[in-house]
Amino acid sequence: MMRILAIGALLWAGAVQADISVKTVTSPGGLSAWVLEEPAIPFTALNIMFSGGAALDPPDKRGAAFMMTGLLDEGAGDLDSQAFAAAKEALSASFSFDVSDDTLSISVRVLTENRAEALALLKTALMEPRFDPDAVERVRQQVLSILASNAQDPTDIAQRVWAEQAFGDHAYGTAYQGTESSIAELTRADLLAAHQNLLVRDTLSVSAVGDITAEDLGPILDDLLGELPAGSALETAPLELDIPAGLTVVDIPTPQSVAIFGHSGIDRAHPDYFAAFILNTILGGRGIESRLTAEVREKRGLTYGISTVLISKDQADVMLGQVASANDRIGAAIEVIRDEWSKLARDGVTADELHAAQTYLTGAYPLRFDGNSQIARILVGMQRQGLGLDYINTRNARINAVTLPEINRVAAQLLKPEALNFVVVGQPTGLTEE
Amino acid sequence: MFNRLLAILCLCLPLEALARGKTTYFMLGNGMQVVVIEDHRAPVVVHMVWYKVGAADEPPGKSGIAHFLEHLMFKKTANLEAGELADTVAANGGSHNAFTNLDYTGYYQRVAADRLELMMQMEADRMTGLQLSPDDIAVERDVVIEERNQRTESAPTSLFSEHLQAALFLNHPYGVPVVGWMHELQALNYDDAMAFYKQHYAPNNAILVVAGDVTPAGVKTLAEQYYGVLPANPAVTPRARRQEPPHRAARRVIFRDERVAQPLFAREYLAPERNSGDQRTAAALVYLAEILGGSGATSVLGQALQYDTQQAIYTSAQYKPTALDLSTFSLVAVPAPGVDLQQIEDAVEATIANFMTQGIDRELFERIKSQFRANEIYAMDNVSGIAERYGAALTQGLTVADVQAWPQILQEVTPEEVMALAERLFDERASVTGWMMGPKEEAQ
Repeated sequence: MMRILAIGALLWAGAVQADISVKTVTSPGGLSAWVLEEPAIPFTALNIMFSGGAALDPPDKRGAAFMMTGLLDEGAGDLDSQAFAAAKEALSASFSFDVSDDTLSISVRVLTENRAEALALLKTALMEPRFDPDAVERVRQQVLSILASNAQDPTDIAQRVWAEQAFGDHAYGTAYQGTESSIAELTRADLLAAHQNLLVRDTLSVSAVGDITAEDLGPILDDLLGELPAGSALETAPLELDIPAGLTVVDIPTPQSVAIFGHSGIDRAHPDYFAAFILNTILGGRGIESRLTAEVREKRGLTYGISTVLISKDQADVMLGQVASANDRIGAAIEVIRDEWSKLARDGVTADELHAAQTYLTGAYPLRFDGNSQIARILVGMQRQGLGLDYINTRNARINAVTLPEINRVAAQLLKPEALNFVVVGQPTGLTEE
Repeated sequence: MFNRLLAILCLCLPLEALARGKTTYFMLGNGMQVVVIEDHRAPVVVHMVWYKVGAADEPPGKSGIAHFLEHLMFKKTANLEAGELADTVAANGGSHNAFTNLDYTGYYQRVAADRLELMMQMEADRMTGLQLSPDDIAVERDVVIEERNQRTESAPTSLFSEHLQAALFLNHPYGVPVVGWMHELQALNYDDAMAFYKQHYAPNNAILVVAGDVTPAGVKTLAEQYYGVLPANPAVTPRARRQEPPHRAARRVIFRDERVAQPLFAREYLAPERNSGDQRTAAALVYLAEILGGSGATSVLGQALQYDTQQAIYTSAQYKPTALDLSTFSLVAVPAPGVDLQQIEDAVEATIANFMTQGIDRELFERIKSQFRANEIYAMDNVSGIAERYGAALTQGLTVADVQAWPQILQEVTPEEVMALAERLFDERASVTGWMMGPKEEAQ
């Protein structure tokens, strides 16, 4: 028996109205998914997300989940790597596999005309990846090449050092792509273990958008995912966040320095999250001209781009920023950043700024629901975050409900200029390490 | 497989296959061209103005001015304060940006469909009403210098690519980087910006593309009201750039940088581009790129070098069919550990030579053909992407009819045509070979 629950969500933003009629489906086998029927174009975008990702790598096997994910389409079932690629190309399907510290996700596009064959092929990649020795070696070389490039990339170095200082021995403190030595030592058994750990039924979220009905989707879910082992993923180890404040310089020969800066953040589920989200938009977010963009780029020409973001990982919440300036100007940029951080913590935002940010965020929200692939990504993300279908209807009201005293209380609590940790990669002049 | 490796050398653009959809074309009295693409799935509109001017149209010694002016277009105008356009778009929940290429400069906003009029009002205002101050110049030039620092000076692969282009083009301005050479960028001034603006920004040098939940009649009424009233600029003339002489000598670029983590081999050939009413040659080259280096697992280079001999960890072939004057066709390979650049160059050459005698695998050809057809279906999901196709085509010498004929032409190309084109393309004299490596590696 298949259950379908429909909720029509009407998004209002001034005169903008987007009708997002998302349904929830429970398959005969008990798997659930969200579906949006949009038959105008004969293809379906499907997103599959497992909670639990690279942070579940055993400490001495860092990179196992990353390498395993890269091997899912390198041979499966009866097909070796090249035969699998040829079969996928013949069906004009696209499968993209991606892993982060907390999730493993698969974004799929299949044509209506050969949907069953394309999904049958996808199923072999999920259920019967071969991890053939030659494929393992080939992908190992690719990963090592990525690591070598990252090791020379100023932004990557800055992010890695910042994470190392912030998260210490926790998995978040190292790159999910692994290290040269961990990748060199991974065995086929390690990859099989990662596959077994991560691709499990109880951590699954699924969305489908496009030329597919809720009735079609139920049996498809059972066929595609019904044979996954039931077990839930291991919990990512908890983390006691203790980020040192200071400034570290990593000397590499480049004319422009990259700085990553930040401190602790706020959980996605915290009652103050919406206030913090608007606050970040005003300080360094995208979409409206943020204070940092105005001060560092527009007034002083110190950078091409500066931004901040709230990151909610499963076991850690941080507020991070990034800027790049010529070696002799990065010091000035950092000074402005510190000043703006202090000013905002102390004085808060103005009523006009709050209003402008609310108007932008609520107006932009319905415009996000554009295109089947994009909508499928949003819907699977909502499920993974535990947001109900009604979130689409209530989200803008929650943005608008944030008041000036509330956001300014959150500004004083969240922004801690003295706690900022800067990692600067390049050859900056006039900066002293702290 | 890790597509991330594509980032190693991005000479690539998305395939220019073209989607169906209800498209209307007309011209305003002042010569401004208008394309309207209807997509009523969501109450959203993309509003774009493309100018038929790019970095290849810059005066000698003023490299970077086209892109610099693109930045300055967000400053004060007759009716808008600096930044007001951006603030207004944001206040309406929209997004916006701008882009500069060798052949075109474009500006776009994506907003709720009922805000189209406001966007047109602002875009029309800055088409002829820009009022720059010396202060704008100084600060924004620093921003653009930091952009070059970020995208080029800090990225050895970009520096390498810049040198390959410069070596490939003997006379055509396509050899000059869009962002500009640093020493010329640092010297750009108010007069340079205003002269370039007055010469090129005018309705008779612009294309309006509106895509989304709109009707052609509605767009026409608004376009006449806001853009139709601007006078045509008689200074606008058809573009006539310096063209290439016959190429008679193969060139080599040896680029060393201590920041290079991964040696790289690249070869670029001059290649024909799509021309109005004559797109079949370019279509065949699109196939050739896909056959030689589209998919790591099934392409000719991928099979030979990543699978059979395992001398490479990444290979690709890239061709951009749309350009006003000329295009390039590139072969790229990242050698596996223990393989030097001479060995990978020899291996690529041997693979191509073998392909020229063996010909095209028919199954591979048919798979690619069906993927091109499928790409048309997937492309319809992204109306901004469709809008970009028209804007890029119309600023690069093509017509709406050419854009609409292209998908069918791609379906008609034969393997024999592709082989015949390959024979003509691989002329060593019209090529540049590049080696990118660290300071210590042997160049042989």
